[in-house]
Amino acid sequence: MLPLFVAIPLGLGFLLPLLEEFRERSKLYAGAMILETGFLLALSLVKFGDKGIYRMGGWPPPIGINYVLDGLSSLIVVVISAIAFVTAIFSLTYMSEYRNLGKFYGLFSLMLAGMYGVALTGDVFNMYVYLEVAAISSYALVGFNRGPEEIEASFKYLVMGAVGSVFILLGIAMLYGSVGSLNIAEISVRVSEMADKSFILLSTALFIVGFGLKAAFVPFHSWLPDAHSSAPTPISAMLSGVLIKVLGIYALSRLLFNGLNLPELAPQVLTWVGAGSMFIGGMIALGQKDLKRLLAYSSVSQMGYITLGLGMGGVLISQGKPAIATLALIGGIFHLVNHATYKSLLFLFSGGVEKLYGTRDLSEISGITGLSPVSGAAGTVGTLSISGIPPFNGFWSKLVIVIAAIWGEMYPLAGIVLFTSAITLAYYLKVQKELFLGEVAERAGLPGKISPGLYLPLVILAICCIGLGLLYLPEFRGVVLKPAALALQEGSEYTKLVLGL
Amino acid sequence: MFTYLLAFILFAVGLYSVINKRNLIKIIMGIIIMEHAVNAFLILIGYRLSGEAPIIEEGATVTEFVAAAVDPLPQALVITSIVIGLGVVALMVSLAVRIYQHYETFDITEIRKLRG
Repeated sequence: MLPLFVAIPLGLGFLLPLLEEFRERSKLYAGAMILETGFLLALSLVKFGDKGIYRMGGWPPPIGINYVLDGLSSLIVVVISAIAFVTAIFSLTYMSEYRNLGKFYGLFSLMLAGMYGVALTGDVFNMYVYLEVAAISSYALVGFNRGPEEIEASFKYLVMGAVGSVFILLGIAMLYGSVGSLNIAEISVRVSEMADKSFILLSTALFIVGFGLKAAFVPFHSWLPDAHSSAPTPISAMLSGVLIKVLGIYALSRLLFNGLNLPELAPQVLTWVGAGSMFIGGMIALGQKDLKRLLAYSSVSQMGYITLGLGMGGVLISQGKPAIATLALIGGIFHLVNHATYKSLLFLFSGGVEKLYGTRDLSEISGITGLSPVSGAAGTVGTLSISGIPPFNGFWSKLVIVIAAIWGEMYPLAGIVLFTSAITLAYYLKVQKELFLGEVAERAGLPGKISPGLYLPLVILAICCIGLGLLYLPEFRGVVLKPAALALQEGSEYTKLVLGL
Repeated sequence: MFTYLLAFILFAVGLYSVINKRNLIKIIMGIIIMEHAVNAFLILIGYRLSGEAPIIEEGATVTEFVAAAVDPLPQALVITSIVIGLGVVALMVSLAVRIYQHYETFDITEIRKLRG
């Protein structure tokens, strides 16, 4: 069943642009996309919690390529499918005025294939190939509107992304040269037997730079606000919601935790890079006037929380505190899931707002709640979740990260997390004040109503935002998040699963 | 060892060009140079002096083959990475053409509609 996750989107990704030769504007493409993502969502939910591997061509793991489904990758696959499904529903209405829809959905589908591949594969070079599949289609999607700004953003993203990919490939070459294998589990076994680890450290550094460029850690974040604010709205939601996480932080932590057995210093670097991204991204977001750019900078900041949680987990593992390490990893993964829901909610919301008001400038928009109560309520849930107000999901994941930092005696980090939460609250209060409250400005050409196709996805995501808070309860956490955290923490489980030792 | 070093120097030249040049075409060239430096490095990893092409002939045992042949895996990787590189470069060049149509320049300091 595992290859279906890659095969279906890959096949549809090439089929839809071909169909466009016959029918240019049609709901057919959107319908196909909704069916595809819906099927994959159902499949990923059925598969959730399973463990197993798929051997490509029947070759046993260290020789052939294999797909691995464990606690973490099954969770990531569910996240990808869920966000893609909601986004596909949204684009049915939102994209209906655009031309070349066959190409749009084709590229969207290819991007999904790449992300599923990265999430599932157990081979380093195969991961690189899927990463490029997802990245190249996202470069093209960012420039889909073909205006000057979009093309410029796409080029900037492409240059940074290509440099990142080259660094990753060099890291893979270095790894193969010193270890002699490309299978992540086999690499893990051989690295633990190695005496001289200097080349491992070198390739770790290359991986951190390369995947850091993909995940927009702070010194490398300059492309993200341009790319994410220029892309068509459904793609912004996919990029900020899932792509930077799967291509960046998931792939990196899979390699560092499961493949390279946590090289020394790497978790510390991740922790501090995360803290830096969190703080600096938040500070820049504070001064933004464009809604989508504000959301994009906030993505940089929120990625920092995830990186911090995972890095802190690594540090605590090497300090020999496994229980608190699990908690920190749970915090990071929990925040990843939460951020995927509320950031895609907010990006889709910003698309609806742009359609309604014809602008994204915060100072020109007011009174959404009066104009469209449902989307106003959904947007409010999104902003409250991301700023960490108690009943919503964002609060619980930040709480887990702070508790882990305090129990792990890393007080400065706990301080930075709390301070950044305050900054986040500040800039989302600004959004609240500007957008939702106040009188509806008298503007010519206001269509007046948001169509149901645009606010239904928002409502689904808002319900998720409230419901996911339940994952904090130990019963749910033990079933959903703990297996994911243990998949990273217990490297030997992963090798056992793949190599069957 | 010296040849490995040459691959790294080539990589550094490409990186310098990407970071320091203002012309879009030179940035694209820099990325191409970086990609090829990595490809050369991959090939060098699998290479051995007076190695043979990794094709098993009839009657040869596996141990003889392993002792004589070069490592075929990096070569397979390089072919894949060349194809990916081709796709990236094609996309990059077509975007550069589009940028030239919009702005009538290749200078990145003049292509700045997006702030910070």
